[in-house]
This record gives sequence, structure tokens and C-alpha cells, in this order.
Amino acid sequence: MTYQPQADFGTPAIKSTEQVTLTIDGRDITVPAGSSVMRAAAEMGTSIPKLCATDSLESFGSCRLCLVEIDGRRGTPASCTTPVEPGMVVHTQTPQLQKLRKGVMELYISDHPLDCLTCAANGDCELQDQAGAVGLRDVRYPVAASHLGQAKDHSNPYFDFDPSKCIVCSRCVRACDEVQGTLALTVESRGFGSKISAGLASDNFMGSECVSCGACVQACPTATLVEKKVVEIGTPDRSVVTTCAYCGVGCTFRAEMRGEQLVRMVPWKDGKANRGHSCVKGRFAWGYAQHAERILSPMIRDQIDQPWREVSWDKALSFAADRLNAIKAQHGPSALGGITSSRCTNEETFLVQKLVRAGFGSNNVDTCARVCHSPTGYGLKTTFGTSAGTQDFDSVEDSDVILVIGANPTDAHPVFASRMKKRLRGKDGRPGAKLIVVDPRRTDLVKSPHIEADHHLALRPGTNVAVLTALAHVIVTEGLADEAFIRERCDWDEYTHWAEFVSLPTNSPETLAAVTQVPAEIVRAAARTYATGGTGRGDVSQRPKINAAIYYGLGVTEHSQGSSTVMAIANLAMATGNIGRRGVGVNPLRGQNNVQGACDMGSFPHELSGYRHISDGSARALFEADWGVSLDPEPGLRIPNMLDAAVDGSFRAIYIQGEDILQSDPNTHHVAAGLAAMDCVIVHDLFLNETANYAHVFLPGSTFLEKDGTFTNAERRIQLVRKVMTPLNGMEDWEVTQALANALGLGWSYNHPSEIMDEISRLTPSFAGVSFARLDQEGSLQWPVNDANPDGSPIMHVDGFVRGKGKFVVTDYVPTDEKTGPRFPLLLTTGRILSQYNVGAQTRRTDNSRWHEEDVLEIHPVDAEDRGLKTGDWVKLASRAGETTLRTLVTDRVAPGVVYTTFHHPDTQANVVTTDYSDWATNCPEYKVTAVQISASNGPSDWQRDYEALSERSRRVVHTEAAE
Amino acid sequence: MTAQSATVRISDDAVALALGADRLAAAFEQAGATVERVSSWGMHWFEPLVEIDGIGYGNATSADVAAILAGTAPDIGRISDHPFIARQQRLTFARAGKTRPLSLEDYQASGGWAGLSQARAIGPEATLEQVIASGLRGRGGAGFPTGIKWKTVANAPADRKYIVCNADEGDSGTFADRMVMEGDPYMLIEGMAIAAHAVGASKGYVYIRSEYPHAIAKMRAAAQACAHIIAPFEVEITVGAGAYVCGEETSLLNSLEGRRGEVRAKPPLPALKGLFGQPTVINNVLSLAAVPWILQHGGEAYAAYGMGRSRGTMPIQLAGNIKHGGLYETAFGVTLGELVNDIGGGTASGRPVRAVQVGGPLGAYIPVDQFHLPFDYEAFAAADALIGHAGVTVFDDSVDMARMARFALEFCAAESCGKCTPCRLGSVRGVEVMDEIIAGHDVTGNLALIEDLSETMKYGSLCALGGFTPYPVMSALTHFREDFVGEHAMEPAE
Repeated sequence: MTYQPQADFGTPAIKSTEQVTLTIDGRDITVPAGSSVMRAAAEMGTSIPKLCATDSLESFGSCRLCLVEIDGRRGTPASCTTPVEPGMVVHTQTPQLQKLRKGVMELYISDHPLDCLTCAANGDCELQDQAGAVGLRDVRYPVAASHLGQAKDHSNPYFDFDPSKCIVCSRCVRACDEVQGTLALTVESRGFGSKISAGLASDNFMGSECVSCGACVQACPTATLVEKKVVEIGTPDRSVVTTCAYCGVGCTFRAEMRGEQLVRMVPWKDGKANRGHSCVKGRFAWGYAQHAERILSPMIRDQIDQPWREVSWDKALSFAADRLNAIKAQHGPSALGGITSSRCTNEETFLVQKLVRAGFGSNNVDTCARVCHSPTGYGLKTTFGTSAGTQDFDSVEDSDVILVIGANPTDAHPVFASRMKKRLRGKDGRPGAKLIVVDPRRTDLVKSPHIEADHHLALRPGTNVAVLTALAHVIVTEGLADEAFIRERCDWDEYTHWAEFVSLPTNSPETLAAVTQVPAEIVRAAARTYATGGTGRGDVSQRPKINAAIYYGLGVTEHSQGSSTVMAIANLAMATGNIGRRGVGVNPLRGQNNVQGACDMGSFPHELSGYRHISDGSARALFEADWGVSLDPEPGLRIPNMLDAAVDGSFRAIYIQGEDILQSDPNTHHVAAGLAAMDCVIVHDLFLNETANYAHVFLPGSTFLEKDGTFTNAERRIQLVRKVMTPLNGMEDWEVTQALANALGLGWSYNHPSEIMDEISRLTPSFAGVSFARLDQEGSLQWPVNDANPDGSPIMHVDGFVRGKGKFVVTDYVPTDEKTGPRFPLLLTTGRILSQYNVGAQTRRTDNSRWHEEDVLEIHPVDAEDRGLKTGDWVKLASRAGETTLRTLVTDRVAPGVVYTTFHHPDTQANVVTTDYSDWATNCPEYKVTAVQISASNGPSDWQRDYEALSERSRRVVHTEAAE
Repeated sequence: MTAQSATVRISDDAVALALGADRLAAAFEQAGATVERVSSWGMHWFEPLVEIDGIGYGNATSADVAAILAGTAPDIGRISDHPFIARQQRLTFARAGKTRPLSLEDYQASGGWAGLSQARAIGPEATLEQVIASGLRGRGGAGFPTGIKWKTVANAPADRKYIVCNADEGDSGTFADRMVMEGDPYMLIEGMAIAAHAVGASKGYVYIRSEYPHAIAKMRAAAQACAHIIAPFEVEITVGAGAYVCGEETSLLNSLEGRRGEVRAKPPLPALKGLFGQPTVINNVLSLAAVPWILQHGGEAYAAYGMGRSRGTMPIQLAGNIKHGGLYETAFGVTLGELVNDIGGGTASGRPVRAVQVGGPLGAYIPVDQFHLPFDYEAFAAADALIGHAGVTVFDDSVDMARMARFALEFCAAESCGKCTPCRLGSVRGVEVMDEIIAGHDVTGNLALIEDLSETMKYGSLCALGGFTPYPVMSALTHFREDFVGEHAMEPAE
């Protein structure tokens, strides 16, 4: 089968309840009012020739190929810019149109290289297709001026730009504007001299503001912008839809293959999470799967100071099983535990927690959500009854007010951020949504091209609860609460108790300004905007109902009051009636591709799948019956507790799948001590990561390209992951876990992940209607999928909260124990960057490192000047927990007194500095608040040098001769 | 009269300035006279024109000052009796030459603000009715009924609407807009204020081409001076940046919004989604300048002038190789021959007229045997010509029409915004093909190619820049084929 791109209808689909019937080429077609004639024809199966139109972008009308004739109208209008009218009669092919189209095409080809046969776009070029479609046979022009022979721009690691082939359709410029929202591209000069530029005349793609999302490459109809892989390999010949393994947006892609070779990842237009868009990571940064550092063979060693020995699977598994059994016999089941991966599939995660519960015999299982969104689980379960967000991503299109707190979506959830930016910019007279940003830094959402927050609350790190309480104070005391909603949907007594609390004078914006550093008038203005849409105060019943949505991230959860903050957010949403319909809600931006799924699957030590507490007898009985074992009713250890217990001597064995706690967890010294104290550390991963320095068994894992399964994104959307190549390590991850389980005598016999999902579905009420067959048919499903919601649940709590009545919880501001003082006068907060992903295990092993080769410390000019520092200097970053060294970047994006860095590079050792303080309810570490001091340094710290030496020693591998 | 009692009126219009009016005015002041700087009468061959008590002294220099003041210099008689002026029907240009442009007293005393008062008295709907009744059509060239455009904007639901005045006047040989802005700026602002009242707009912009510094300065001063009269309506003066294409309405809106001056596709019409996506009235200077008179005297009075569906008067700009060049405002219906030969006096060079281009560089070339054509939108269209902004540029028999056709394509190439293919590429290819024809290479084949290219540009272009370039090209080819084929008539076909 030859390569087929996804169908392109020319102009975007229009949502309208009104339908219009018109006649095209003698046939009637009915389409939504507002659709273009081109789209109507395409839906009928008639493709009118086009070059500048594509259905991901608004019509432009520049190529002039799509001309049609319409009865009763003069001339030959462009079908892409002509809306349908009832009774319109259109002719798409007439002698006049043929002549005009040939005329236009003749002009195009008079200024285009004629090297089709050796061009990267051969077979995948719209110019080629249209030249054929219009029947061009010769070019009569005696050409003098042309754009041939211009220099190519190879600066971007993933795609090339060849101006000689550009037909100035402006699709790239429009994609960067409309789809991505970065506006890095423009057309320079005018007329014949028009040239696509990535910024100033001196900018190439790498040096410009381009974020390498690839939307322009995807939109380009010729080889002007083309993936380097296509240049290298050739056109793909088949495509398989699968889901990205990076962040919680969960973009779906067509993995375009030639045999088992991946040529490129093209966003799937029908993906409900991403709607045909992607970021640099998902689209381009998949090369880590073939990186030289990938471990393909199991390895073992008796002591961690020995080099690794490559062995067979059987040998590695029996070695591990022997150790595990010995420890269990000597110390009991509670000495063993596991960590599920938030990046592996639902099926794989389910098997790991099953292994721990049914195999090891304890509830000592946890997941990375511990360190990121566990407060979301606690907070939303307590207030609403569900440990997940309430909306889908499309919901942002209906928002009138957007409040973003503790999140930086343009860096961390870029594809969703682009959709948010579209709503913020407004269109065609519909004003953009209002924006409130609560963040210590001036993130891109605060101000960037065409985006400006209406209110930026630049609070002192650690004071989230105080700010939210101050906002609540304004809403309650100024009469902006939606009492009708509260009476109907929430517990009224709990509300009045809460309302009394927030109304106290001590909780006013004026009083709390001293603590939060946010001026009271900004808090009042933001509260009024959130509650009323900025239409001013006044009687709630007279005001038009507006939709206000809250989006939040780790800047909310990774605090000692993380759970309190989540509940404070829920309080605000309930108080203003912003739950249960499109455009509103509480939306946690989950980080990992499957962290929502890992939580759903019962990865927490106190919960079975579907968030049922382990002490719940009937839930436990269900599992015990299906699994044929009895389960421990006591909650197990969380990761920090496992490490404490390890140091203590009572916890001695751990199976870690796809998680690098040594790099990502706080207080690195403590993590190292815990790991070092254990007798059996089994690491199941792609690379020798930092945790593996302390491991005895290394089981090589498989990438998302090499397995079948499902991921669940931040929308609760379950999407299929489809295998496109044979696992280089020999087994899919679920097969590895099954093999380990069978080495322990558990007798598992799954043949395909769909069987695991069937088991999940049997045992988990919210997954009752989920199966691979159903997912294949629908594309995706948002849980709960049950009798009440047979097609899934895009919006939750529509008629009532899952727990019944919404619960208002009083959240008193309790300052963190992590205090600044004369020795540590600055506050460090951390975050992410677009090109690198979390610990960077994958992205550092791709060309994405070109954008972010090291973590740098952002420091305000005043603080820098005090210390005699300038951008690029080495500084020692010290806290009560430890110290490290990195380079500075002097910027006013941070406020005085606040410093900021990322944690993508292990040699930065940022978590040496972070503390043990954590959320009171969930132990989610307080990454976002660390008291530090900064001073000039002359290079890496002792710890960093020692650690580097240790890593090198720990990564020695003795290779076996080829045994087969 | 004595020097001390003489009030000398000299224009400060850009044409007069270019011909030394400032130096002349200074010389009169030095001689003790009181000098008033007024707008130009629009008789360019007389500038700098000195007027004392209604008598005109043409082409005056500093050397003539004493004689003029003494009453001994030769004069052209009473200016308003001069046939060039007397034969006109000056409704829009009623004040030309008579008032000081920035003087609010002069403006008020000559009937200024009467239109706005009337509009405010009768209300928005009645105002719309008057403009519709007047039959006023867009004077920028499209000829769309102004009243209908305003009504569309008035009926569009929106919280903000705008009035935009297109003062980009880029056509070579046109100057009527400039004369209005430099000579009668309050009239233009009054027209915009009336439009704002009729449609419910709160803000207006005048987009003036950057190459009109005097007009920009005058309009800025005028907007400030009369702000209190037109309030709550506000007018802001904005400046272009050297692009002819920004005279196209959607390209102008993009430029006003700070974007590239690229043409927008229509629909949507600016009347519904114009400036910043809001309903917008965008009109040429002359359209808006005609409105105060219409409101003051009534739409029917305006419609009483003209012929067919071309009602009212047109300020025609006579230019090029013409003896009497200047501003000639008259009712539609005057013939081209009357304009060029009687009123214009034929060529400046004295040689026979060969062709006249009406409507700017993208207008058709009209041969002498079509001089019976009356100035009327429909009559011109039927003859494959266009009125445009009513610039009339005269050429004598030394003109090479092949080179003029080439120039049309070159002009298009230089000014193309570059968005659509027929214009961006077609104009450049057209110049190259014309060069081949002029060099005598495969003339028959290349002429056929020019005809095909013209068809592609005419029907395929996104706007009138590419769309109208075939007018001068094909009219030159049709009426003056001998210049293309010439001694190459016997060239064998390929």
C-alpha cells in the first residue's frame, strides 16, 4: 500500500446547529452553516485543486488555484474563502477554470526547481499533485528572475528549510501563528521578493524564537520544510496511530514507518487531546530508542561497587527471584516493595502493583505521582470525590476566564498551551478569555506575543494557600459567591463555616499582602475577574453566567501545603459555581504520559485500582477472588517511607520500573543512603540511570514504540499505544514483569495486554466499559466508562458531585518550616523547560539537548549585583540539605529574593539541595520552596565530582561473548 | 490700493510650495502686505497664484511683488469668472482657494459644520437615508453605493465600530485627496463625524500615505483643533509606509493594525469584520468629503447632478502632458474629449494627443476615437475602461505604448504585496515577456502569452492590483497594437 496522508478538507470544520444545502457539480450536499465551498466539496469527495488551504488553518485565499464558478455571481471566486449559501449552485470544473488553473500553475512552476525525482518530497508533494491535477504540460515563460539556488538552512537538528522550493503559500507562517501561537515566522519583504523568515534577516531557525514544534513542517506542501529523516530515509509506506510517551497531554500520532524503521511522527488530526498538533519532543525526540547508551541485555552484580555482568534473561530473573525470596523469608513481606512507572502503560503498571500485592505480599507499592500530583488525588477526592481533573482539553474553548496557578503550560504542556492561547487571543470579534496567572515568575503566559495576563499575582514561593484564601475573602465578602449553586450541590453548613473563615479580617488581601507580597488591589481585581468575568460587581442573579476555569500544576502540589492548596482551589470553583459544564472546572495538568493511569491502577500503597481504599473489605474481596490470594489490608509504605525504612534496616528489596528516584526525588543524599542500604535493588529501565548506580539487577525495558497497551492522559482519556517495531531488548515491559512474577512462581499467562485490560475492567467499576476493541472503535474513552456513562465522561460532576455533595474544607495558611534566614536568604523554586523532559533520560539522548545543554540558575539582577555575579558565572547553590554548582542566568523573570532552576541534567544534582519537607497529607515533596544561598564558585562541587566518579564506576559493564 | 491695506492670498498647497509659494509669501510680507495662506484653487498651470480682492495673478515670482501691489501687473481677471473655474460644479471643492485651511472661523463662516448639525438633528437613520438618496458611490474607484455600505455597518451588532478614511491616494497623477486634506481638512473630518453618527462608531482613523507630509501635518492639527466639536467621536491620524497596495482597503486595515500590508480575502467584508475584526466603514477621502454638503443641502439635491447611475459630482484630476492641469469638479456626464481638449486645452507639448489613461496606473489607455465616452461608471466599464479615482493622464504621440504596457507590469511587480500567485509571479514574468516582445523575439507567441497571462491575472488575482493590471496592458495591445508588432509584423510564428 502506498503512502496516504490523512485527508485534508481544505478549511477547518465549523460547529453550527444550522445546516445549509447547496449543489456542487450537480449533486446536493448539506453542511454546517459557515463552512466553505471547498470544504463542502471535499466532504462530498470532490477535491478542488488547492495549495494554500489546509484544514488546520483558517482560509487565506492566496494561491488562486481553488477558483470555482457560481451561478449568479460574477467572476471566479476562490472556494476556500467563499462560505456556502442555501441553494448555491457551484461548478468546480469548467473550461474557463481549467485555463485559469493552468495559468496559475504555469506561473508557480516557472519559479520552481525541476528536480522532482531526487527531491525529498517526491511522492509526498502537493505541488506535484496539483500540477498533475490541473493538467500542466509546459511552461512557456522565458524565465529570468527566480528563487532557485538559494542556501538551505540546516540549523535545526530535525528539519531543513530550503527557500528555493518555497511557493509562498504562507502555511508555515499561519501554522506558527494559529496552531502553535509562537509567531516565530514571518514573510520578509514583499511581492516577488517575499521570503519566509524565522525572525530577523540574521536569524536562522535555530537562532530564532522557533520552538521546533514542527507545525510548519507538517503544513508545508513542498520540500521547503521537510524532516531530515525523510531526506535520509525516503517516504514512509504505512502508518500506525499511537500515543506519545512524554507528557500528560497525550498527543496521538501517526507513526509513519518503512518496515520497522520509524521515518517520522505526524500528529493525528483526529486525536482528541492534541487535534493534529504536537511539540518538539513528541514529534522529533524519539531517537533515544536507538541511542548507543540503551541497554539491551539483562545485567546483574552481587555488590554495587562491582561492574555489571551481562547475562541471559533466565539467569537474571532467577538471580532476582532468589534474592527476593531470601529477603522475604528472613525479613517478611513488608521488607519488599515496588515502584510502578508513570511512563509505562496501564497494563504494565497494573501488573507491577499486582506483583507487589499478590507476589511480594505487601502493599509497599508507590509511583512517581507521590512526588508530583499526589495532593491532587487527595485534595480532589476529599472535595469532589474523584482524584482527577473535571474537564477535557476542548473545554478551554468555552472558557471566559482562565486562572493558571503553579503551572507553566507553554513549557510543560505545550500542545495544550497552544489551545489555551488560541482562546486567550479571541477571534473575529469574540473577545479572548481573561487570564489570571499566579506564579512567582514571569512565565510566557504572563507576557509573550499576543498574550498578556490581565492579572499576574507574583507571589512569594510557599504562600499559595494565603493567596487563594485572600481571593476567597473577596468573593465571599463582596457578595460574588453563587449561593444557588452551593445550596443545591454542596453541603451548606460546611460552606457557611468556610465562608466565615475566609471572611475574617486576618484573611483579607490587605492583611495577607505582607505574607504573599502580592498587592491587595491586584488580588481584589483578580478575584472579581474570576467570579464575574471582569464585568464588575453586582447582583449575581443579574450578571450573565460566565465560565471560569482553573488550571494548575506542580507549583501547587509540590509544597508542604500542596493538598490544602488543591482543596482551596476546589473551594473557589464550588463557591462560584464553576463545576459541571463546559468551560469551567478544576484541571490538574498531570505531568507524565501515564501518571493519571498509574494512579488509576492502584499504584498507591493505600489504594487499589479505581481509588478504593485497601481497607475496604468488599473491594479487597473482589481482587482476592480474581487473583486467588489473600491481600494485606494495611496500607503500605510510600517512597519516602521506604527509604527511611531502608536506612532503618527493615526494608531491603525494591523493584523499580521506569523511575529514577535518585535524580528526581528530593534530598539526594537521603535517597542514596536508602538505596545503598538495600540488599536487592532491581531497576527495570531503558538506560543506566542514576538509580541504577545502586542496583544489583538491571532488566532492560522497551520503549513506547515497541509495545501495545494504553496510556491515560490528564483528561482521564485512555488512548491506545500500538506497537510498531520489535522490542530491541527482546520483550515488552509487561512481559518482563510477567517473567519476574513467574520466576517467583506466580504462574501468570497473559498473551496480550488486552487481556490485562480485560482484568482491569472486571475489577474496576470506573473501567467497566473499557476494552481494546472499544478503544479501537472510539479512538479513546474518558473514564468513568460504566452503565451511567457508556461512552465515557468528558465533563464530570455534571448533575452532582461523585461523592454526593461538594465539600468545602477550611484551609488555614501554615507557613512552611523551610524558612529563609541570614544564612539562606533566597528562595529556590524549580520547574521545566520545553525541550527537555523531566530527568532528561530520553530527551538528553536526542538532539533536544542543543536547546538546553545544562540547567542554569535564574537570578534577579539585584541579587546578582549584590553578589558580583553575571550571566554565565559558576555559582554554588547551597541549602540546609546540601550544595551543588551550576551556571547563572541573570534575568528579571524572577522577583528579587527568588531563584529558579530546572532539573533535567543529572550533573546539576539540583535535588541535592531540596529538602525533606513535604505535603502533610501525601508526602509530596516541597520542591518549590527551598531556602538557599548563592555565592560565586570556580566549578563543580565536591559532591558533584564524587558523584560523577561514582557513576562512572557504577556503569562499567562486562560484556559476554555472543552466546547465540 | 496701498501695500499696507492689501490682503494677499497665496496657497500653501504642496504644488504651490513646490513652485516657490513660501518664498513668494515672504516677499509680499517684506513688502508690507498682509498675507493669508489659503487652499489652492486647483489651477496648477497658474501656481503660485496670487489673489487680491478676487483678482488673480498667475505664475507670480518675487520679482512681480511690487507690480502686483501697485496694480500694474498683468492679471487673469476674477478667478471665479475664469472659464476653468466657472464651468465647474464645485460642491466638494466649494472652498478651494477661498479659505484658510486650519481656520475654524473661515470654516464655520463658509457653512462648515452645518452638515454635522443637521445629521445630529435628524438622527442616524435619517442620515443614512439622505446618503442613500444622494446616490453617492465610493469615489476611490469601486463605485459601491456609500449609503448601502454605511447601512450594513449600522445594522451590524457590535460593541465597537470604526470609520476609516483611505487617504493613501497612491495613483500617479491624482491629487484630489491631498488637496482636500491640505485645503479643507475640517470638511473631511466633518464627513467622518457624520458617518460615525450614522453607524454608531466611536473612533475614526485617517490613513495617510507617508509621502504626503504636509497633508499629515495639516490633518493632525485639524483633528486636534476641532476635537471638541466632533466629540465624543475621536479621530486619529495614522501614516502609511510607502506601499501602494495599502490603498487597497483590506491591506490598509492590516497596516493600520500593525501587520504586514497584505490583502485580506473577502468575504468577510470590512463592513462586518473590518478593523480589529469590528464593523468598519472604510471610504475614500472624496466619498467622506462629499457627505457634509449632502447633509446640508439634502441627498436629492446631490442626486440632481450626474447621469445614469452615476449621481453627484466627481472631482476630476487633469494631469500628465496637459496644458491646463488641475482639479476639475463637475457632474458625471462630461465627455472625455471635452475634458482633455476644451477644458484641458490639449497637450502641454502642443503635439497631438495619442492616448489618455483614466483611473491611475491600472486604468485603461483610451484612444482619441473613444473621446465621446461620458464620465459615468457604467459607460466606462462597458468600454473596458474604468474611472477609478478620476485621475486623467494625457499622453502625446511620442508615447511608446509597448513600453507603457511594460510599465504597468513593472509597477504591479514593484507594488505587489506578494500574497497571491498571479500578481506576485505574473507581474515579474509579464515584464520579462514584454522585454522579449520589445526586443522583437517571437512576438506572436509572446503576445499570446501576454493575453493568457492577462486573463489569469484579471480573473485570478486576489485584489485589484493584480486584477486591474491587465487593463492598461490589454487596452494598449488592443488600441495600439502597432507599437507592439511594428516592424516585426512579418515575424514568423514559432
